[in-house]
Amino acid sequence: MTLVKIKYNRRSFVKTSAAVGGGMAIGFSWFASCQPPVKEEEVLAMPKEWFDVNAYLKIGENGVVTIMSPNPEIGQNVKTSMPMIIAEELDVDWNNVVVEQAGLDTVNFERQLAGGSQSIRKGWDSLRMAGAAARRMLLEAAAKQWSVPVGELTTDAGVIYHKASNQQMGYGEIASSAGGIEVPEEVELKDPKDYKIIGTDRLNVDGKKIAMGAPLFGLDYSEDGMLIAMIEHPPAFGMKLKSVDAEAAKAMPGIKDVITFNSQPEGFEPLWSDENAFPELVAIVGESTWQVMKAKKALRVEWEKTGDAESSADHEAKLTALLAKAPKEAARKDGNPDAAFAQATKVIERSYSAPFLAHNTMEPMNFFAHVQADKAELIGPVQTPEYLRKSVASLLGMKEEQISIMMTRMGGGFGRRLYGHFAVEAAAISQKMGAPIKLIYSREDDMTQGTYRPAYKVTYRAGLDENNNLVAFHVRGAGTHGSPVYANRYPAGTVDNYLAENHEKDSNISTGAWRAPRSNFIAGAEQSFLDEVAEAAGKDPIEFRLELFDRAIANPVGEENDYDAERYAGVLKLLKEKCGGSTAEGVHRGISAYYCHNSYVAQAVDVVMENNQPRVKKVYCAVDCGIVVNPIAAKNQIEGGIVDGIGHAMYSAMTFTNGQPDQANFDKYRLIRHSEAPLEIDTYFVDNGIDPTGLGEPSLPPIMGALANALYRATGTRVYDQPFITAKEVLG
Amino acid sequence: MAIFNLNINGKKQQFDVDPDTPILWVLRDHADLVGTKYGCGIAQCGACTIHVEGMAMRSCNLPISNLEGKSITTIEGLSEKGDHPVQQAWIEHDVPQCGYCQAGQIMTAASLLNDNPNPDDATIAAAMNGNICRCGTYTRIRAAVKTAASKMG
Repeated sequence: MTLVKIKYNRRSFVKTSAAVGGGMAIGFSWFASCQPPVKEEEVLAMPKEWFDVNAYLKIGENGVVTIMSPNPEIGQNVKTSMPMIIAEELDVDWNNVVVEQAGLDTVNFERQLAGGSQSIRKGWDSLRMAGAAARRMLLEAAAKQWSVPVGELTTDAGVIYHKASNQQMGYGEIASSAGGIEVPEEVELKDPKDYKIIGTDRLNVDGKKIAMGAPLFGLDYSEDGMLIAMIEHPPAFGMKLKSVDAEAAKAMPGIKDVITFNSQPEGFEPLWSDENAFPELVAIVGESTWQVMKAKKALRVEWEKTGDAESSADHEAKLTALLAKAPKEAARKDGNPDAAFAQATKVIERSYSAPFLAHNTMEPMNFFAHVQADKAELIGPVQTPEYLRKSVASLLGMKEEQISIMMTRMGGGFGRRLYGHFAVEAAAISQKMGAPIKLIYSREDDMTQGTYRPAYKVTYRAGLDENNNLVAFHVRGAGTHGSPVYANRYPAGTVDNYLAENHEKDSNISTGAWRAPRSNFIAGAEQSFLDEVAEAAGKDPIEFRLELFDRAIANPVGEENDYDAERYAGVLKLLKEKCGGSTAEGVHRGISAYYCHNSYVAQAVDVVMENNQPRVKKVYCAVDCGIVVNPIAAKNQIEGGIVDGIGHAMYSAMTFTNGQPDQANFDKYRLIRHSEAPLEIDTYFVDNGIDPTGLGEPSLPPIMGALANALYRATGTRVYDQPFITAKEVLG
Repeated sequence: MAIFNLNINGKKQQFDVDPDTPILWVLRDHADLVGTKYGCGIAQCGACTIHVEGMAMRSCNLPISNLEGKSITTIEGLSEKGDHPVQQAWIEHDVPQCGYCQAGQIMTAASLLNDNPNPDDATIAAAMNGNICRCGTYTRIRAAVKTAASKMG
């Protein structure tokens, strides 16, 4: 065990109370069995009484434990894996745990945000301490009752034992007294080798509900008197609302009103999470969804131009022009790249590009809001509830305490729901209507009012000496609202002469974080380029990368490298061990490795040709994300990132003509489907006992490179521009 | 508005709605059955899949006027306790990530296995191709369909 000081918000423990819903011992049986009931087939006897131990958990008199999951669930499985961490340190039987989603509560919880693959990493300490502190309080209460030293007590699966006197009692029997125990200054945390829950497969706590169609999502929420609202936004970026003729729409059955509103009125203080190109909107409010959808079509709206009407061809031309020149300052420069390139025996130069992408969460944007004179209640899918509350407070002129936010399960996030303008809009509509409303975006509204992954372009140059050693490396990237280049990531640190440069261009098209921001493009480009450099050097793609890591381990260039070269090389070595040296006849393999969100991933993609079409048959993936909390779910994240990455690199694009999105629904926006997904994905985790790091994003970026490299081996043609499906010479 | 009679999950129900109302919105807004999901509204993503007279259909652009007197099964009616072999296989394989598309996936898979109790990979892919999973759970879906097939067969 490790003794640690409680360092997180102690207020969450001050809240402890003896009992909820009754006196200390009401409904409480001292003679109840010490063994808590074990859950069978979801039939778990609910306690008559709950005892709050701390903000994260309460214990029933029968030993059933409710654990609050603080962070928003977007499909990254935190609603299962975060409570697992608490349950581990509390030392209870997972079968006796019920998980509930916590609402926004900044007094008791930290960082209730879904983003950056950081929920587990940032929550690791506080979750363990919450469980360990609660266990300690239960132990002290038991020690007091038995008049024995607390040090003589042990626990196992929700039962406290005093071996010397042969006594035992369940947590439920002492939970009422634990509330009166002072919160410990220090707690003991388990040694990872003693974990019984962490590191074992635990099924999604909502799995059965999902399979039964239970109402879990924001779009499923309703309450009495609630109206349905939809919005109409400008058809193109660079336009705004001029006027609306709503007479016909208002006369339609079930329609309550058509209003115009501004979700960012004068005095509104926008945060980064308020990114939104269309604050002025028309809202149609009515009794049922279909009535509102029909009335929306009957609106006659005039829009006016406010800025450039950008097209995809303009973006491409601008990015290309930017890449043609050096920026004023380098993002990073090591050695003397100019001289090294001049002296190099071989210089390889290649450019890569990728288009805008929409997030396309399967559940379109939506939110419930009920704004009253002195309070506002918001319920729905948002990745950033804390920021949302600030924005709604600013909109309504209320204090944050007057606003409550409850997070529902989200039908996908991928970064889209970091930007909660739709919830602010719901609040604005509810306020204006004086009624509870649920705002629903149609698929078209959702796809054409994005915070898109920006279009990117990058040029790489590599210089090899006469012995085929990499002696010079240059990356120059350009993107809409920011360059995709991470200047201090690999191969920075592995080559003496290195130059990284950034360009960005402005746009009136709203962009934002999309699963693994910037990495979701740059990893594929970088790993494709290195494959080509390895080939030019006459080296095996894995050995070439390992040689560079050897350099970075022994004698790194620069001090700002933001990766651990040994762990990086480690995943490549594990991959090599798992996928073997050569492939079967007709199987074409592409390799990649990448580091992001504090985790390391190496991948091999095996492509076969079927009817002259490349098909991903198998993917091998080696991952170093430290301790894996829930392997079955962790593998699901890895698999999902791989399929997502293959799909977007291969098929997807959001393009614009005169500011108008060319794709508005899945008939034109192509997403990967069953028949295009890999037949098999094998995932291997490095077992190193290091504190856990990101898992929701890291498998996506490198797969784009491994795929491009496999396509090259299968077809003889390199692909440089996403989506790869546009390369007719490869894909027919 | 007009009156329509349907049998939903074994229960006769009457609705007074516009004849062009897609059955998806009748289920969600008027029958309190929100397990069937809205994804695209143009029958491209499969999130809204239900069974009409036992056949998998997209409910988002299927007007109620076409369904007078028909029997409909939704995800809520696939089994009472969530123990249909397809649902069990989904739970066992821990298929869902966000979970939003899965009711539609399950309804399509249940219909497939009803018609073809022992489908091969190509048949599964062809049958499931109309159902998008944005989280990318396709590999697990295929495995779960096979497990369900082995239990049903």
